[in-house]
Amino acid sequence: MKQLIALWAVFLLLGTVTVSGGRCLASGEELVLTDAPEVPPPIKRSKAANLVVHLETKELRKRMADGVDYTFWTFGGSVPGKFIRIREGDSVEFHLQNHPSSKMPHNIDLHAVTGPGGGAAASFTAPGHSSVFSFKALNAGLYVYHCATAPVGMHIANGMYGLILVEPKEGLPKVDREYYVMQGDFYTKGKNGEPGLQPFSMEKALKEQPEYVVFNGSVGAMTGDKALKAKVGETVRLYVGNGGPNLISSFHVIGEIFDKVYIEGGTKSINENVQTTLIPAGGSAIVEFKVEVPGTAILVDHSIFRTFNKGSLGMLKVEGAEDKSVYSGKLSDEVYMPEGSTIQTVDNAPAPKQLLAKNKADQMTYGKRVYENACMACHQSSGTGIAGAFPPLAASDFLNADKSRAIQTVLAGRTGEIVVNGVKYNSVMPAQQLNDEDVANVLTYVYGSWGNSAKVVSSGDVKTERAKLKK
Amino acid sequence: MNWILSFLIFSGNLASGADLKSVPEGTYRPLLAKGKTTPVAAFQIDETAVTNSDFQLFVKSHPEWRRGVVKALFADSKYLHHWRTGVEVGDKSLEKAPVVNVSWFAAKAYCESRQMRLPTVDEWEYLAQFGPESGKGDVKSIILEWYSAPTPEVLPNVRTTFSNRFGVWDVHGLIWEWNYDFNTAFVTGESRGDTALEKSMFCGSGAVGAADPSDYAAFMRFGFRSSLKGNFTVANLGFRCVKEIQK
Repeated sequence: MKQLIALWAVFLLLGTVTVSGGRCLASGEELVLTDAPEVPPPIKRSKAANLVVHLETKELRKRMADGVDYTFWTFGGSVPGKFIRIREGDSVEFHLQNHPSSKMPHNIDLHAVTGPGGGAAASFTAPGHSSVFSFKALNAGLYVYHCATAPVGMHIANGMYGLILVEPKEGLPKVDREYYVMQGDFYTKGKNGEPGLQPFSMEKALKEQPEYVVFNGSVGAMTGDKALKAKVGETVRLYVGNGGPNLISSFHVIGEIFDKVYIEGGTKSINENVQTTLIPAGGSAIVEFKVEVPGTAILVDHSIFRTFNKGSLGMLKVEGAEDKSVYSGKLSDEVYMPEGSTIQTVDNAPAPKQLLAKNKADQMTYGKRVYENACMACHQSSGTGIAGAFPPLAASDFLNADKSRAIQTVLAGRTGEIVVNGVKYNSVMPAQQLNDEDVANVLTYVYGSWGNSAKVVSSGDVKTERAKLKK
Repeated sequence: MNWILSFLIFSGNLASGADLKSVPEGTYRPLLAKGKTTPVAAFQIDETAVTNSDFQLFVKSHPEWRRGVVKALFADSKYLHHWRTGVEVGDKSLEKAPVVNVSWFAAKAYCESRQMRLPTVDEWEYLAQFGPESGKGDVKSIILEWYSAPTPEVLPNVRTTFSNRFGVWDVHGLIWEWNYDFNTAFVTGESRGDTALEKSMFCGSGAVGAADPSDYAAFMRFGFRSSLKGNFTVANLGFRCVKEIQK
């Protein structure tokens, strides 16, 4: 009997220790998760804890680009999935809940988990059911998680990925801003920009030819009003992941240099002063930089056609005072003559004469060539523009409303906020170095295409507007 | 002649008037058996999936399959939860919709009450290769369209998608359907590891062992089936019954 009492005492003691050292698994702390681009706050604990995570898989129709919808399969209702932030040594009780409206069973493979399939087999869940497993975070780092249910590629291609950060025991250095950015490639049956609900194309996925490459689940998810924000002098840390399923990202921020890159999301190996860092499909990187000057830094995949034609473009708006010693802006614009200051001629042969358009059909043909050279890179081959960055010319109310404004825009460029088809744009179009004929032809082509008002612009019209601008 | 007789008897038995359609013998190529085709004997199958009103008749005459009465071993807590009561659908708009939120055990019992059984995976997959009789749209795009839309709050009625060359309705595009042996060709859930089982029948890997790795529709069906247990009920999972043809 005495022994029994002694045992009891030990039990009580142990019980007290457990309670003070951290709660038991069943009553662990419910972890708060965030949607991109937000990141949960840094962990202040100095000890490991028992945590509970609830993550819901849901299939839902959402916007891929303006006018284009897609049925995304998600962890938590958006792409990328919820950001999970834990600390090295934490024990996590993970509940994967598959929404009853799901068509598919789903599971989760967390690259942060040591164990078969990263939890995939243990979390395989039919619609309207939920699975529980637990793991201990043994390794610090920034890890991808994704669905691993057959066909795996399709589940990932539909958006089933996210990031889990395991902070090292000592924590990460303090910074002023933290954001969550994740790239993914999407394979729609219709071509880029083709409107309506677009189904998944297995064929394009197998060929690794995506129609969309985007940050945070849609074209323009981090542009305009939704741009990331920082103030001059602040240090920004981006947790960057790449869900794939196929492409490797050449992640770059235009106008910034990464002061630090935690290579491939590890916490031990830090590279400094990096321009572009490779992020493998199913991999990550942590990048940090201090923003020194105001302006908009542009997040891109520097495999650059993806950025200008498929959507991988985000913005970081930096506000604050200018520092001319760091960046001056344009100081002057002078004529550049490489052979010295006198005008030299090599031969006297006249320049080939431009073919003049005889009718509207000619104007359309010549105008198309001008368009392809001068306009297409931004406004796109079918005039759709790029959401958040370059306004559309197709069926554009702004264009059709005012012919002389359109001519002046081509001649002199345009800066500042405009509203096109109900969407705000605030960017810069440079003045185009085109002669009157070319301007007339290209605008006739634009007016005569993609559901526009079919106005004809003559070189005389252009001359008139050019004269107005000179006044 | 025999089967026509029995068909008449059965359709007479059912208040819903569900017809049986004859499917002649044939072959199909299972997803998980490389290069092999599997013969399938002729069978008769319900023209449509079993509807809520069909199932209501069943639970009225079989109280042990009522919601709240059924044992948890045979049906989970979501069993028939879309009905107003244990014996009444309670919503006119649901009557002709396929019954869902039914467990495998319940579906099996229903078919047995009609001296029938659930279709095997072989029978169902064999049937699944045939698209609309009218030639409108191919199987793949119908399947894909269905997969890419979440389940609506209220399911459409039966006979609203397409009928195939045997006159069987809604094989794709309406609901998932239970199979008699749904748990035989299973993937473990860790689909990339299943090849290690080294049995072609137990291999759900995307690359090794599959007859056609790009047949993602079949993968999804196999994946879905393997996520189930006999007492599970799902909001878009129903069934229909088959009758073997006596030789």
